[in-house]
Amino acid sequence: MAGGGCSKDTAADFGDQPHVLAVDDNLIDRKLVEKLLRNSSCKVTTAENGLRALEYLGLGNDQRSTLEGTVSKVNLIITDYCMPGMTGYELLKKIKESSVLKEVPVVIMSSENSPTRISQCLEEGAQMFMLKPLKQSDVKQLKCHLMKCRS
Amino acid sequence: MDVVQLQRQLVDYRASLYHEAFLDEQFTQLQELQDENNPDFVVEVVSLFFEDSERLLNELTKALEQQSIDFKRLDAHVHQLKGSSSSIGAQRVQKVCIAFRNDCEEQNVEGCLKCLQQVKHEYSLVKTKLETMFKLEQQILAAGGSVPM
Repeated sequence: MAGGGCSKDTAADFGDQPHVLAVDDNLIDRKLVEKLLRNSSCKVTTAENGLRALEYLGLGNDQRSTLEGTVSKVNLIITDYCMPGMTGYELLKKIKESSVLKEVPVVIMSSENSPTRISQCLEEGAQMFMLKPLKQSDVKQLKCHLMKCRS
Repeated sequence: MDVVQLQRQLVDYRASLYHEAFLDEQFTQLQELQDENNPDFVVEVVSLFFEDSERLLNELTKALEQQSIDFKRLDAHVHQLKGSSSSIGAQRVQKVCIAFRNDCEEQNVEGCLKCLQQVKHEYSLVKTKLETMFKLEQQILAAGGSVPM
């Protein structure tokens, strides 16, 4: 799939400015998470649902696998769990099924502190589970964690 | 009124909002996100909250007027309102939403109607309070002062 020496660690090249895709169906939450991430020097793209997120990532229904040999556009995906249509969990699964995107860390956010939900997401490969509403300290912690994962 | 008096008024007013649980710590988080690059961040987010909440309250009203109530849809709207109110720190609104969701789950129409009334009431209160607070801030700025944090 990926060409020659392109076994890129998608996170390695972002320096201090990771590009984050934030997915949430709630307008206020989108605005908030965007600000929180920007305050942590992240470049942010938002999507209002799983389908739009997948389209942005190049995994849309009518998109062929144009991802041959390309590196993911984003270094981190943070998504709400409870969304109409496709849940954050379903989005997580789709991402992990993609050979190009499966290395991209995915963080799930939820207002419900449900242990079953948390383990379900972590088992499916989510990097972290965060409780809403998010605070600046949560995002700082997340970024630290993400940077550590690179090394 | 001079700047110092206005500033004191604002500080006291804000304190009362927290004390009476109209706002909680999450609102403070919002304020901390505001900076010179985004000097209107709080007002922007709160305005979005007002617009979105009004839309949701309309939807809730319509949904409860139906012959056959779609509780799933009702719950979805309440969930949204609960989420937004929680995100901006509108604690009393959030609390009513929690009760509202329970009534949706139990398909308790009476309960839902009561909750709708309550949430409209709490929303209207917090809206008035926040608008008053923003006005005070504007007055301070207009008088050449800075808004205390």
